[in-house]
Formats: sequence, C-alpha cells, structure tokens
Amino acid sequence: MEHAISLFVRSIFADNMIFAFFLGMCSYLAVSKTVKTSLGLGVAVTFVLLITLPVNYLLQIYVLNPLNLGYLSFILFIAVIAAIVQIVEMVVEKFSPSLYASLGIFLPLIAVNCAIMGGSLFMQQRILLDPENAKAIANIGDAFAYALGSGLGWLVAICCLAGIREKMEYNDVPKPLQGLGITFIVVGLMAMAFMCFSGLNI
Amino acid sequence: MALSQKTKETLLGPLNANNPVVVQVLGICSALAVTVQLKPALVMGVAVTIIVAMSNVIISLLRNTIPMRIRIIVQLVVVAALVTLVSEVLKAFAYDVAMQLSVYIGLIITNCILMGRLEAFAMTNKPWDSFLDGLGNGLGYAWILIAVAFVRELFGAGTLLGFRIIPESWYVANGGFYENCGMMMMPAMALILVGCIIWAHRSLNKEEK
Repeated sequence: MEHAISLFVRSIFADNMIFAFFLGMCSYLAVSKTVKTSLGLGVAVTFVLLITLPVNYLLQIYVLNPLNLGYLSFILFIAVIAAIVQIVEMVVEKFSPSLYASLGIFLPLIAVNCAIMGGSLFMQQRILLDPENAKAIANIGDAFAYALGSGLGWLVAICCLAGIREKMEYNDVPKPLQGLGITFIVVGLMAMAFMCFSGLNI
Repeated sequence: MALSQKTKETLLGPLNANNPVVVQVLGICSALAVTVQLKPALVMGVAVTIIVAMSNVIISLLRNTIPMRIRIIVQLVVVAALVTLVSEVLKAFAYDVAMQLSVYIGLIITNCILMGRLEAFAMTNKPWDSFLDGLGNGLGYAWILIAVAFVRELFGAGTLLGFRIIPESWYVANGGFYENCGMMMMPAMALILVGCIIWAHRSLNKEEK
C-alpha cells in the first residue's frame, strides 16, 4: 500500500509525463489555450489511462509473458488503446451526453496521445524492476496507482500552462517568438521548476 | 536527375518552410527526449525517416481499399508493425542505442508526424509522391533532432558522438577554466533550445506570414 502511494505521488511530480518525459506534447501544446478545455482534455487523458494501463498490464502478465510474445506488445497495446478509446467514446455518448459534448473532439484524439502509449510502455519496463525499487510496478494495484498519478500529473501540467498562456495574452512578446516559440520557453521554465520535485520520496 | 517542380516541393518543402517540428508542430515528444546525445538522435532520425516513408507508401497503396470509418486503426496497425520491425533490428544490431532510446522507439507509433502525414498526404496521393513526402518529413524531423542534440552534447558533456571535442586540460578539475553546463543535460533545456530554433526560423521566414 505504502509503495502504491509513493508511486502515485512520484508519478505526479517527480516523473511527470510532460516535464520529465515529454509525453503527450502535441496535444499539450495545441489544446492549452484556455483552462476550461485543458481541464476537459486532462480529465479525458486521466480516464483513458486509468482503463488502458491496467488492461495492458494484465495482458502483459497473463498473455504476452507466458507465451513469449513480447515483441508483439506494440501492436497489442495500440490496438487495446484504440479499441478502449472507441468504447469509452460510445459509453460516454450514451450515458452522459453533456460530458460527451464538452470532451467532444478530444476523445478520438487521445488514441494517438503519446502519454497513453507511453504509460503502457513505461509500465512494461517497470514490471521488470526489482520490487523494492520505488519505481517498480509489482501488482495490479500499483498499475492503477501509476495510471492515476500519471494522468493527474498530465492534468496539472496542462492546466498550469493554460493558466499562464491566458495571462500571457496581454504580454508584449517579440513577434517571431509569439505563439509556439514562447510556449516552448515557458514549458522549459516550468520543467525547471518541476525539477525541484525530483528527489521526492515517501 | 531532373526533378519536376512538384516533386521538389514535396521532397524539400518539409526541410525548411514546412518543417514538421517547428512549423507543423508534429512529433515534439520524441524530438525533445532523445536529444541528450548525438548518437541516439541520429538513430532516431533515421528510424523515423524510414518508418514515415514506408508507412506512407503502404497506406498510399491501400488508400482506395481502406474504409473511411476504420482508417485510424488500419494506419495504427501498419505503423505498429513497421515500428516492431525497426525495434527488433535495433535490438539485434545496436543494442546499447536501443536501450538508450528505450520507450521512445515504441512511441514512434504515436508520433504525430506519422499520423499527420498519413492523414494529410498518403490518403490522397500516389505511392511515389507519398514516399518523397515521407522522406522529406523524416529528414526535416531528423535535422532538428541533430541540431538540438549537437548543442546539448557539445555543451553538456564536451563531446560529439562520444569523441572529446573540448580538451580535458581546459577543465577546472585539471587546472583549466572550463566547466560542463549541467543544465544542458536537463529536459528543460531541450524545450528552450527548440523554442530558440523556432524563434530563429520564424524571423528568417518572416515574409511568408
């Protein structure tokens, strides 16, 4: 239990998907214009991670490992992610049309968000680690904790950036640097700030 | 070989005016993560170029038979198969680099350059044009990677491709005046360098906007 909590906190701050591994950068930069849409996308990413990562964990442990089919993991993982995104989309549309309307276009895009695939690939590596290691994923509970932490870390990162970008609207940025250029530099500075979490351990 | 105007545009456009990383904002994730040293950046650039070109050709050949509704899944499977091949080849012939790139090889699947080019170009163009487009975009991506990695390795470790460029005797430890810039090894610096490349690129290509 303690291990799972430590994993959860670490994956939000020290191993943040955006600032430590640059995963999900494309949608991170494209969608972070307002806090409201960013929050929607962040929730969607967390939700999909929370489903796909444990499913891929079970597949890796009970299907790929016993059959020695490790090299098929890329195809299997991406198929699982694409299928689950499709199912989530249909379920949300059926049971909560208001949530569907607010997430709308983001849901299908999540299938190609690197943070989702990256989460599964990191999980695959972390299974192999020694269970004493703070980063190891030893059971399904850890997989859930890691998924939730990574998703929330991504959510925090995108909401922070959107907040800064909303304020930055009023700033006088050099012309060629406007838009994308300054966003990169801001993310760089945020990454530096997040680096102070890197020794975090519970 | 005389290239027609359109072919030239398809092949060379993505190198500068229509660069996938700095203009189309595709494939940022891996561009930042693998650029601590020059060697993995080089390997990554080559791997992405091969995969983009091949998947563009395959999807372009299949473009009339793929049903519109499930095209994303078809594209993903084609890409995933190619990435698996490349990953196995790397593990067999360049194991240390494969370990260094770790998950980022697998993440080529979700690299937006691939999906972006497949959707925007290969679905509507002939195989040969798609091949050139893939090649151009792959190379456009590769040179940004190499530029960032060059700066980061030179100033972060004083080496290039593992060879020492800044002499040992310059270092403070050996009585010199020079110190490696540890900041260059941090993820944050990659973002700031790409930001600067975008800045330079936009000031040079101002007339287009």
